[in-house]
Amino acid sequence: MSNNDQHLEHLAEIRALMERSTRFLSLSGLSGVWAGVCALVGVAAVYAYLEIPILAALGGSFYFDKAINTNKWGMDYKSVFVLIAILVLAAALAGGWFFTARKARLRGERVWDATSRRLLTALAIPLAAGGVFCLALLYRGYLSLLAPCTLIFYGLALVNGGKFTLRDVETLGILQIILGLLGVFYPGYGLEIWALGFGFLHIFYGLWMYYKYDTRRTVHG
Amino acid sequence: MKELLTQLNPAFDHRNRLGIMSVLAVNDWVEYNTLKELLNLTDGNLASHLKPLEANEYIIVRKQFVGRKPQTTYAATEAGKAAFKTHLDALEELLKISRDDD
Repeated sequence: MSNNDQHLEHLAEIRALMERSTRFLSLSGLSGVWAGVCALVGVAAVYAYLEIPILAALGGSFYFDKAINTNKWGMDYKSVFVLIAILVLAAALAGGWFFTARKARLRGERVWDATSRRLLTALAIPLAAGGVFCLALLYRGYLSLLAPCTLIFYGLALVNGGKFTLRDVETLGILQIILGLLGVFYPGYGLEIWALGFGFLHIFYGLWMYYKYDTRRTVHG
Repeated sequence: MKELLTQLNPAFDHRNRLGIMSVLAVNDWVEYNTLKELLNLTDGNLASHLKPLEANEYIIVRKQFVGRKPQTTYAATEAGKAAFKTHLDALEELLKISRDDD
């Protein structure tokens, strides 16, 4: 019987090692929550710039129709959209890094190792392609496709990266893709769907993952 | 039952050797230091477990220079992966049988 226990122990250890050596497990749920908050602030900024009343969101804000005729704060809509996007991205990444590095420290693991490099590469390729594609959309004036396409490419990046980190990331990616595709069919709701995906879904998923992984793991050191 | 026991590979008899094979089974090339960290082993300990696996040709070693630093990386051979899989299957079968006995 003790032999059996030994075998069981071996199998459990094998499984853990395979997982630990291929997946970056220090990704913090709080990184997701923070990204969601940044996204919502970004949407609020767009609403403010376009002077869309919050309640209009219920009927779809048709942000692209309003954008073309808006010139405020000394900037046209293209500069404002790019500026807000860069600020949101920078804030989300900086905060995301902070929470994830903190979790790695608590777990006694390194943030920068083979698994995190693999995860970042998997994320970066669809994201870079999507980023350039969306810049082209903006440049060519296909504004109505902008919000849904960022969701689709981001979702693809998550599905790709999900293979190298906590599995939930993959499901989050699929949901983002579905929202993005919906946005292509209902462009009037593009900004609201974007807020739903980048904002609320991130916060919801982040909290869920935080309670599922972070709280338990940190207790055990 | 006896047949299964013969399928358990003596080369993987030690948990550290099993550990090395688990990591190499799912990664292409793994650096010596990464293995050391993952398995929580000392230099001497890790080297002593790598040697028999290498002698069995279950793993191969690659030594190269990255900049000026020497880097040693390991990978599982096809034979190594196959042997590891047979070993795992046998372990699993053994556990299944004993569970049915309970």
